[in-house]
Amino acid sequence: MEGVPLLECREVVAGYGGPVIGPVSLALSPGEMVGLHGANGSGKSTILGAITGAVKIFSGEIWRRSDLKVAHHRQRPVRPAELPLTGEELLRLTGASREDAPEPLTALLSLRLDRLSGGQFQLLHIWACLGSAAELVLLDEPTNNLDPEALMVLRQMLQRPRPERAVLVVSHEAGFLDDLCHRVVHLRCE
Amino acid sequence: MTLSLIFDPLFHLPFLVGLVLAPLVATLGAYLRLREEWFASLAFAQVAAAGGVLSAMLYLPLIPAALATAALASIGKGVLQKAGNENYAILFLLGWSVALLGAANSPHGEMLGKAVMDGQIYFVGGQHLTAALLLLLATGLLLPWLSPRLLMAQLFPDHFSANHLAGWRYHLAFDLLVVAGIAVTTTAVGVMGSFALVFIPPWIAFRLAVGWRSVLLVTAALALGAYLFAFAAAIVLNQPFGPVLVCILVVMTPLRFLQPRQHRLPLLRS
Repeated sequence: MEGVPLLECREVVAGYGGPVIGPVSLALSPGEMVGLHGANGSGKSTILGAITGAVKIFSGEIWRRSDLKVAHHRQRPVRPAELPLTGEELLRLTGASREDAPEPLTALLSLRLDRLSGGQFQLLHIWACLGSAAELVLLDEPTNNLDPEALMVLRQMLQRPRPERAVLVVSHEAGFLDDLCHRVVHLRCE
Repeated sequence: MTLSLIFDPLFHLPFLVGLVLAPLVATLGAYLRLREEWFASLAFAQVAAAGGVLSAMLYLPLIPAALATAALASIGKGVLQKAGNENYAILFLLGWSVALLGAANSPHGEMLGKAVMDGQIYFVGGQHLTAALLLLLATGLLLPWLSPRLLMAQLFPDHFSANHLAGWRYHLAFDLLVVAGIAVTTTAVGVMGSFALVFIPPWIAFRLAVGWRSVLLVTAALALGAYLFAFAAAIVLNQPFGPVLVCILVVMTPLRFLQPRQHRLPLLRS
């Protein structure tokens, strides 16, 4: 986990119409899994938005390796009422490996995404990010919709070693982050 | 009229034009549906029709005029960024009023206005076939490149900004393809014929298909089937082509209820 970070937030103040969070400083190195914890409204998702360019940065800067590939699992992934794509087609889109997919997910790959349960869709979407070639994976509340069995699958996915990749996990579940992450950053509401 | 008329050399060229355009615009319609922009096709078709009527008044060539006005509408959509159905409704109403006012004030415009309403494909010329083949070529070259990017943009909306990629290029290329397809199709099969081709086959396919590739195949097959049936029926029954095509497509809509049986979802076991 030593060496040049993949991404560094330097005193970032970000928001929408006006600043919502900050200043926040944070660095992510290859092989690292960092948790971002905080109460509702503390700006956890806003940080991810600042990294993906969806949110305005008012001051500070985000430095990133020039060729960095980023995958983002949103808190509410886009899922229209009719979505005639199979799980396999979703994985092909992001380049996530079908062969390396956790065994419980393989049974879902031939099914349409709109015919999966909320938790199944969530897991498949997360694997589409984690199994891709992205060197930085942003997971926003990945435990949403997941029952204990599915949570176990999620943990297995996250625990697979990928030394070239960093994962930034946003969650309001402190225990989940403490168990899995190398370190946890706590955001407080100002 | 007899069935033998279908094989009259007079109808060969119109038949080929529709054979190319029907599955092509329906396929583009599948992507419009995925982007929740299917209503845009009606607005673009009506604007293209208005451009056609204006071209008759100003003695300009039909297809370039229809293409240019629809392209202007598309640029307007781009300027509005995330155009909602309200904007498309305004565009549709504007196109409708310009088309009818143009038709009411010019004999040439009236003739052309009636043609784009009736969708009389039997009167298309060589320039339609050229435009249709160029569209086929452009779609064949662009769509395989665009398709994964359009799907990515829909399912992972910030993928492009997160990776510092110029996502607008894909949206612009697709919009231009759609505008060109709808404008040319409108001048051949009419406003409602064009809209029905873009809307109905993907609507059915979205329910029946087992995956995205299947959506594209079912969409193209439905559009092709409806077109072939309409082409023959309109000749044999001596009816205007556009309304016959729309009628056949509407009659096909109950196919949406033939939803494949849903299997029980497998349980997750780690």
